[in-house]
Amino acid sequence: MMIGKLPKITVWRAVFAAIMLSGLYATWLRVFYGLGGSTNLSDKFPWGLWIGFDVMCGVALAAGGFTLVATVHIFNLRKYHPVLRPAILTAFLGYILVAVGLMYDLGRPDRIWHPIVMWNPHSVMFEVAWCVILYTNVLFLEFIPIVFEKLGWHKPMEWVHRISVPLMILGVLLSTLHQSSLGTLFLIVPEKLYPLWYTPILPLLFFVSAIAVGLAMTIFESWHSSRAFGRALELPLLASLARVLAVVMSVYLWIRFLDLFHRDAFALLTRNRTETWLFLLEMALLVAPTVLLYQARIRRSPGALYACAVMVVFGIVANRLNVGITGIEAGSGTHYIPKWSEVAITLSLVAVGFAIFRVIGQYFPIFEAHSSEDAAAEMEETEADPVAVG
Amino acid sequence: MPRAILYDSTLCIGCRACEGACAERWGLPYNDTIANEERISAHKLTTIETHGDKFVRRLCMNCLQPACASVCPVGALQKTRLGPVTYDASKCMGCRYCMQACPFQVPTYEWSSRLPRMRKCDMCFERQSRGQLTACAEACPVGATKNGERDELVAEARQRIAEKPDQYYRKVYGLTEVGGTSVLYLSAVPFEQIGLRTNVPQEPLPMLTWRVLELLPDVVSTGSVLLGGIWWITNRRAEVARAEGRNTGPKGRK
Repeated sequence: MMIGKLPKITVWRAVFAAIMLSGLYATWLRVFYGLGGSTNLSDKFPWGLWIGFDVMCGVALAAGGFTLVATVHIFNLRKYHPVLRPAILTAFLGYILVAVGLMYDLGRPDRIWHPIVMWNPHSVMFEVAWCVILYTNVLFLEFIPIVFEKLGWHKPMEWVHRISVPLMILGVLLSTLHQSSLGTLFLIVPEKLYPLWYTPILPLLFFVSAIAVGLAMTIFESWHSSRAFGRALELPLLASLARVLAVVMSVYLWIRFLDLFHRDAFALLTRNRTETWLFLLEMALLVAPTVLLYQARIRRSPGALYACAVMVVFGIVANRLNVGITGIEAGSGTHYIPKWSEVAITLSLVAVGFAIFRVIGQYFPIFEAHSSEDAAAEMEETEADPVAVG
Repeated sequence: MPRAILYDSTLCIGCRACEGACAERWGLPYNDTIANEERISAHKLTTIETHGDKFVRRLCMNCLQPACASVCPVGALQKTRLGPVTYDASKCMGCRYCMQACPFQVPTYEWSSRLPRMRKCDMCFERQSRGQLTACAEACPVGATKNGERDELVAEARQRIAEKPDQYYRKVYGLTEVGGTSVLYLSAVPFEQIGLRTNVPQEPLPMLTWRVLELLPDVVSTGSVLLGGIWWITNRRAEVARAEGRNTGPKGRK
C-alpha cells in the first residue's frame, strides 16, 4: 500500500511545489511592479482573473457552507450532518482565500479595511464587503467548535453553542445577500455585458446557482476526501444530495430559459461569435449533469456522481467567468488574456486551499465517526430513514 | 446652479491647448509624444481625438447621476452640487469598480505604481469653486470648449443648432445620455462617427443597482423571520418526537 502510494504523492507534491514557486515569483512581481507588472489589466479592462475567478468563483464554490448549515440546522435534516463539517471548512477556507485574492487585486491592499469606516450604502461593493467580512466571522464561529472539540475545551464550546441558532440564521442571510450581490455588481454595466448574460435578474440567478454549486462542491469534496483519507464514501447520502442538486439545477436552468425567452435573447445564438460558443459551453456543462442526475443509476455510481458534480462546478465557474470576464470583453472594446502571473496566483490559491483542507482534515475531527464499518451502518440507517429516500 | 462644459466639435481646430492646460493644472508632464497619444490615461486626463477631418475632445463627463460615485464602496468619488465629480485618493482602496461601471470608460489607473490612484478629470472643481473657469475652457483659443452654467449652455447649444441647422447634427450629446452629463457635445455628424458612445442607456445607471439594493432591509427582515420560523417548527417537531421516545435520525442533537 505504502509503496504504491508514495510515488503518486511525490508527483502531486512536485506539482504543488512548482505552483507555489511560480506563485511566489508572481507575488514578488505584484508587490514590486504593481498591477501593471503582474497583470494584463488595462484602463479599458480593469477586472480580470483575480476578480472573475478568485473572488466570484471563490465565493460561489464556498456556498456549500450556508447551504448545508441551512439544511442540517434550520431545516433540521440531520441525516446530512456527516457532510456539514467539510462544507463549513470549505466555506471558511474559501472566504479566507477570497480575502487573500482580494489583497492581490486591490490597488491598495493596505486599505482593505476602508469600507468598515468609510460608508457608501449605495454601493453594491460596499454591501458585498460588509457581508463577506461578517460572514467570514460567522464561518469562524461555525468552524471553531471543531477546534475546541479536538482540544477538549468544553466550556468555550458551550458558549458558541449558546449563540449557534441566531449565528446560523445570520450566516444564511449574509450568504443570500452577497451571493446574489455578486450578480448585482454587474447590473451597472448594461452596455458592456453581452445580452446573453446581462439580465435584471442576475442577482436571483447568482443566488440559485450558488446553492447548486454549493451542493456540487459538497459531493466533490466528499469524493476527494474519501480517497485522500481512505474512508468510505457516504454514497446514499450523496445520492440523495444529488437528487436535490438535480432539482435546484432544473429550477436554475428553467429561470434562465424564461429569462432569455422573455428578453428575446435566443436570436443572439444564431450569431457566430465567441460569446455564443462560450454560452453554449456553459449550458452544456450545466444541462448535461442535470439530465444525468435524474437517473438513479448515475446517482448510485460514485464515478458518475463525481463526474456530474465536477460538471456542475465547471459550469458555474464558466458562468462566473463569462459574466465577469469574457462577456465584458466585446463591450469594453478590448481583449484580455490573463498574464502568466495572474494564473500563477490563482493556481496557488487553489493549491493552498486543497493543501490546508487536507491538513485540517487529517488533524481535526472533520469527518467524524466515519471509518468503514460505521459507514456501512450509516448506509443502512439512511436507507431505512423514510426522509432520506423521499 | 450646476456648472458644465459645452464642447463644440465644429469649432475645434485640434490645437491641443486644452491638453496642455489640463496637464499643467494637474502637474503632469506634457510633450509631443504625450500630445500624440490620442487616448486618456493616468497621465493625460483629456485628449483630442482625430476622426478623419473632425476633432473630438474626451474628458470625464461628470455625469449628473454618476455610476462611479454610486458604486464606490468607500465614497471616494462624490458628485458635488457645483457639478464636478470629485475623487479623494486618500480613501480609495483600488477596487476599480468605478472603472468597470463607467459607461464612458473614463477613469484610468496608475497601473505601474506601487501605490496607485485612479485618475480622471474633475472639471477643475477647485478652480470652479473659486469662481474661475476650467483650465481647458480658459485655454481654448476658439471657444470650442466653453465653461458655464449647465442650463445656459444647454440653451446656447440649442440656439447654435437652430441658427445654423445645416452645420450641426441636430442633437446635443449629454442632454439625456445616462440621465444627463455635465459635458455637452455638439457635432457636425452623428455622434458615433466621432467616436462617442451612442449605445449608453438614457436613464441614470445608479438606479439599476439601487433597485436591488433597496430591497436589502426587506430581505433581511423577511429572511430572519422565515428562517427563524422554519427552525422553530422543524426543531419543535424533533423535540416532540424525542419526548415521545422516537428516534429522530442518526445525529439528533442534545
